[in-house]
Amino acid sequence: MLGPSGSGKTTCLMMLAGFETATRGEIRLDGAEINNIPPHKRGIGMVFQNYALFPHMTVGENLAFPLEVRGMGKAERDAKVIRALDMVQMGEFGSRRPAQLSGGQQQRVALARALVFDPSLVLMDEPLGALDKQLREHMQYEIKHLHESLGITVVYVTHDQSEALTMSDRVAVFNDGEIQQLAPPAELYECPDNSFVAQFIGENNKLSGTVSERSGDEVSVKLENGGQCKALAVNCGGVGDETLISIRPERVAIGESVSDNSTEALVKELIYLGDHIRCRLDVHGNDQFIVKVSNSAGHKHLVVGEKTQINWAAQDARALNPL
Amino acid sequence: MGKQMTDTANSLDNRPTQAEIDLTTVDGTPLKAALANAQKRARRRALFLVLPLLLFVLITFLAPIGQMLLRSVHNPSFSDHIPNLSVWFDENPAGTEPGEAAYEALVLDLRSMRADKTMGIAGTRINYDLPGSRSLFTSTARKAGALEPPFQEAVIATNEKWANPKLWQVMRGASSAYTVDFYLAALDRTRDVNGDIVAVDDDRKIYAANFLKTLFLAGLITFCCLILAFPVAHLLATLPLRQSNLLMIFVLLPFWTSLLVRTTSWIVLLQSQGVVNDTLVATGIVADESRIQMIYNQTGTIVAMIHILLPFMILPLYSVMRPINPSYVRAARSLGATSWTAFRRIYLPQTIPGMGAGGLLVFILGVGYYITPALVGGASGQLISNFIAFHMQKSLNWSLAAALATLLLLMVLLLYWLYDRLVGIDNLKLG
Amino acid sequence: MKRTLLIATAMTGFAFAAQAAEVTVLGWGGAYTKSQSEAYHKPFTAETGITVNSVDADNPATPIKAQVEAGNVTIDVASVEFADGIRLCDEGLLEEIDHSILPAAPDGTPATDDFLPGSLTECIIGTDVYATVFAFNASKFDGNAPTSIADFFDPAAFPGKRGMRKTAKANLEMALMADGVPAAEVYDLLGTDEGVDRAFAKLDEIKDMIVWWEAGAQPPQLLADGEVDMSTAYNGRIFNAVVGEQQPFEIIWDGQVYEFEGYVIPKGAPNMEEAKAFVAFAAGTEALAKAAEWISYGPPRVSSGPLVGKYFDGSIEMGPNLPTTAANLTNALASSNDFWADKDTELNERFNAWLAN
Repeated sequence: MLGPSGSGKTTCLMMLAGFETATRGEIRLDGAEINNIPPHKRGIGMVFQNYALFPHMTVGENLAFPLEVRGMGKAERDAKVIRALDMVQMGEFGSRRPAQLSGGQQQRVALARALVFDPSLVLMDEPLGALDKQLREHMQYEIKHLHESLGITVVYVTHDQSEALTMSDRVAVFNDGEIQQLAPPAELYECPDNSFVAQFIGENNKLSGTVSERSGDEVSVKLENGGQCKALAVNCGGVGDETLISIRPERVAIGESVSDNSTEALVKELIYLGDHIRCRLDVHGNDQFIVKVSNSAGHKHLVVGEKTQINWAAQDARALNPL
Repeated sequence: MGKQMTDTANSLDNRPTQAEIDLTTVDGTPLKAALANAQKRARRRALFLVLPLLLFVLITFLAPIGQMLLRSVHNPSFSDHIPNLSVWFDENPAGTEPGEAAYEALVLDLRSMRADKTMGIAGTRINYDLPGSRSLFTSTARKAGALEPPFQEAVIATNEKWANPKLWQVMRGASSAYTVDFYLAALDRTRDVNGDIVAVDDDRKIYAANFLKTLFLAGLITFCCLILAFPVAHLLATLPLRQSNLLMIFVLLPFWTSLLVRTTSWIVLLQSQGVVNDTLVATGIVADESRIQMIYNQTGTIVAMIHILLPFMILPLYSVMRPINPSYVRAARSLGATSWTAFRRIYLPQTIPGMGAGGLLVFILGVGYYITPALVGGASGQLISNFIAFHMQKSLNWSLAAALATLLLLMVLLLYWLYDRLVGIDNLKLG
Repeated sequence: MKRTLLIATAMTGFAFAAQAAEVTVLGWGGAYTKSQSEAYHKPFTAETGITVNSVDADNPATPIKAQVEAGNVTIDVASVEFADGIRLCDEGLLEEIDHSILPAAPDGTPATDDFLPGSLTECIIGTDVYATVFAFNASKFDGNAPTSIADFFDPAAFPGKRGMRKTAKANLEMALMADGVPAAEVYDLLGTDEGVDRAFAKLDEIKDMIVWWEAGAQPPQLLADGEVDMSTAYNGRIFNAVVGEQQPFEIIWDGQVYEFEGYVIPKGAPNMEEAKAFVAFAAGTEALAKAAEWISYGPPRVSSGPLVGKYFDGSIEMGPNLPTTAANLTNALASSNDFWADKDTELNERFNAWLAN
């Protein structure tokens, strides 16, 4: 679950866990309705943003807790705890207190604790939010691998889109308490259903205008500065309705070509980034138009202030709902 | 991960520090010395800043306590006024039959007491150990000027109590300013004619039982405070800020009201013609003749003290509960614990520092409480501090008051030590 | 810094010296202090210009020892019970007062002959005679009201609550008198262990019904609140409640214990000269008589007796209400100063133990 803060992802997660009651609708787990099952009977593992490791218990006791409340015998408990700790490479830390562990270590323990009782579902509420960037990326892979090797379903809440794209099979993008789009990461990026998703995931160039002509999947849009643009009709109304065209920066090419859309652009700014050059252009009156020029042999060298032709395919310009 | 970090820290430690390489400041002083100087100056400045408080504490707190401790073992009110008798006591071992020399010394000392008007002080000291001796000293001292040798017969002729061996044993004991007799008295013990320590008569036993009663009542009050404060503190910690602020004002309100006013309001409420009894009678629960006695007894002391000490329990509990993240309980619930188990195993243990701090605070305040039991305790609700106050203000036996106070202090220290052993004092969180 | 402090201190000193002369008098509070204020404080200030600061204590004898021993005396004159005064005097805590400073009676009788026997000692100048009596709230009894000290100690006939002062003094004497001991034999009997046991046994019979008071102002309040049906009290407090506040209280002049009270000057009083002047003024025949018009405590000077008129508002003749009136002395006990100076510690210890057990 991905979305800006206040978009309802945590509330939704809490409803799954049973800490919030859904006023309407039903929640199903493996086909069974769980709306009225109290949290402790749902069998859902949960990893909290602050880890919520019990500070007065050792790591081992933390892990044994869910097994203990299920009335599991001591020997079996110990074996499971050791296995779970080994799984997250924390085998030697069983007798430590949470306060004696680093953030990453606490994260692993929290993970192990959520998994130790073989839950049918694991919920994670921004579990990596408190870690520094490097550690976060490392943990992302680790959770992903663990997830793959255990084959357990994980519902993961984050506001970090790259984390969502890295870790997920499917991403639900939240805004205003609604799921905007539920799709695999690639589809989200390449085929956003609406302007919010297009904006929120990855970089995006916007051109607003009104639909002037529509034929099947293709529309012609009259832009605000009078220009015309052909685009793929995804989520726009009929003729006369306002629309917002979304074009990914890497789908725009420099130079004249046979593409559907070709226009003149003024180079405003160039940023050299090694593998590519980021160009900010003024296109159809939008001076925040970004184009990524690959730093390959023989690419066109632009100069700030110069006018150049750019073009893109109608398939790559998605006509979406206006914001 | 953690290991890596430790390794880095170690390698940092192994590097030579700057002071080890001979660095100097611009004027040539070694850097180490210059730094040490600067630090010394800073420390001196810091000391200068805390000096007023240090002096204040020394003068107004430590010195009086020290004086009190001294008073409990040091009472020179007899020994200072008997230069001649002291000599006789030094020269003659305990058990010697007092002869003419002893009575002569006595008469000389009584005469000087008469001149200095100190026979009342000296007599009072003996009176503590042998009641009825005070007037013996004052009356005989008035006549001492006219007594003629042989003094033994003359003195005994004024009052035959002077021949009592117990009196001489008590005087010998009091001839040294240092004594543990006040501690004996504070523990319901006394000395018999032979100087052996024995228990006092049953109808005079009072302090030992009262110490136990004080401990028991303070414990009971602490327990009730804990039971009452826990939900309130929890509410305070979990309500939205606006409501919890309002609730906090209600909790703190008693702090802004005079102790006397609060205690007196309890009198208004609980007395037999008071609000509570009137309500009970009006609703027919209790007959007019059998109104319940809720004040001027132990019940009154307990009720009023619980009310007065409650904030001291709520505040430490609140300060511990406030930072407890609700996700702990949620985590426990999601891990399969019922709400009761989550409370018992997860929430409750995390509030222990607050319970410890509040409990210790309420208990120690309760053990030493004076004004409330004095006002609403009647006869059965008196605590040990009321007896300390009695001896400070009424009987004016300050040494006994000091001995009682010292025992109280020792008891509190003992509890503090026990607490440290059982819970750990670093676990204390006062706010 | 140090010099500034010195200068400041010195200036404060000057400021005090420059102030008008004053004297601090410690009293018992309530109606009693009121009577002293009207009879002594105000006329004294009017005559001499010396300001009188009036402060109160539950028992003014108790702060004296603390103040003198601590060397920080703020009181110039204190009103104390005789037994306390004698004890403090024996301990060297009080200033001796030369009886020659006391004014003679209007007919020229010297003060030492005019004061009642025992009402002057080297440290204490008697101001009044008060009695610890018992009184009842008439509205609590229909016809069958208590009439004697024995009734106060009779739990069967009078089952209501009663108030008593939280101390051994007077209570033990009253208990013995209620048990049938004639006033003249009370102290002899109390001097023996059997006598003390007998007194406590009598107290035991009503122990559960007693509400203990400590300040003199409490018993009228307890009676008025209906908290107790009857209570021991200082007779003047009851009188003032009856006359001043129209309370339905009645005093039983039977088995009461009366005692002198007087002024003492602590050693090291800050305004010694003013203190002596004040005591001498208060000991005057008219002043003592006037005090008795404000509270029903008897004047200790023979010459004051005939001067005592009506209560200050003119409503009632004071004579019959004074503890010194012959009609009120049929079965009364004079408190023994020597007995209490001697036995105070012992009996109060026993009393406290009895209370607590």
